[in-house]
Amino acid sequence: MTHTAVHSHALSAGTPAPDFTLHATPDQRTSLDEFRGHPVILAFYPADWSPVCGDQMALYNELRSEFRRFHAEVIGISVDGAWCHAAFKEARHLHLPLLSDFEPKGAVARQYGVYRPDDGTTERALFVIDGDGIIRWSFVSPVGVNPGADGILEALEALGDADPVVPARAQ
Amino acid sequence: MSPGGLAPPVGQPDHVQGAEDAAITLVEYGDYECPHCGRAYPIIKLVQRRLAADLRFVFRNFPLGDAHPHAQHAAEAAESVAAHAGDQAFWAMHDLIYQHQQDGPDALDDASLVALARRAGADAHAVADDLRFGRYAARVREDFMSGVRSGVNGTPTFFINGIRHDGPWDEESLVAALQAAAER
Repeated sequence: MTHTAVHSHALSAGTPAPDFTLHATPDQRTSLDEFRGHPVILAFYPADWSPVCGDQMALYNELRSEFRRFHAEVIGISVDGAWCHAAFKEARHLHLPLLSDFEPKGAVARQYGVYRPDDGTTERALFVIDGDGIIRWSFVSPVGVNPGADGILEALEALGDADPVVPARAQ
Repeated sequence: MSPGGLAPPVGQPDHVQGAEDAAITLVEYGDYECPHCGRAYPIIKLVQRRLAADLRFVFRNFPLGDAHPHAQHAAEAAESVAAHAGDQAFWAMHDLIYQHQQDGPDALDDASLVALARRAGADAHAVADDLRFGRYAARVREDFMSGVRSGVNGTPTFFINGIRHDGPWDEESLVAALQAAAER
């Protein structure tokens, strides 16, 4: 994969991250500013259930312990509804929050410059936001290409403040 | 940003089939319980047969344990077999796991893995013990993190001579990509 930005409108490093409040479950809402003081990884993805997205969220789910070394939380966002996210999380055993940018559709994605009006979905876009709410890194992947996590980890490392590498879980 | 290259390069801790001086090195990051990897398994065998001495094949672990509950232990079991019975036994275990992956929901539970390890030539008690105490968990995690840092984004992910292969991996496509790499 070449990590070339393909989307010129995505908010870039140095920009304050627009705050938002979205449903995390059908009866619970989450705001970005609840995470102040810790880095946040916002991962916009086009849709639950499509194979690439599934792999991408499965990978981030698996890397939660690694992200935690940087005191960072990873959050997935798509335009799917909260009940769709609930079913997706249960089926794929995901433990990371998935937010619904559902009503008005794609409003948060538009604020971040990563809505795809022709498709009615979001770009496959990553934002690393520092503890002060400033975007420190952003990346838009071609929509069919799972961007992996190497760029996220490099951005978190650049923020500093990592705990030492923990030994792998013993079972 | 990383250019999508393999880090670390193929080296001593890796499980390798084929000669060190082969023109082409194919590295797979795979998950033993992933059905896509299960589909890739016989394709790799065919590709190895076709390219013969020109190809070196390396397998690294990339278990997505939340998605595939037995993947982590399957990888640890294969590493345990390698440690107790050598690399040939590792590959026997690797083959057995993929051949039996779809046998049912318990196909790769601990009891089944230990039975496969015995068939691969390792001491069953030693492997069971290693699984219980997670002795090869760190080894598997090392592979996993090397994959993450190299840009692995799902399984299977292939690297051809150190460069990630994003194209299709059916037999013909893979052979074409490998041959193109050899000519570079």
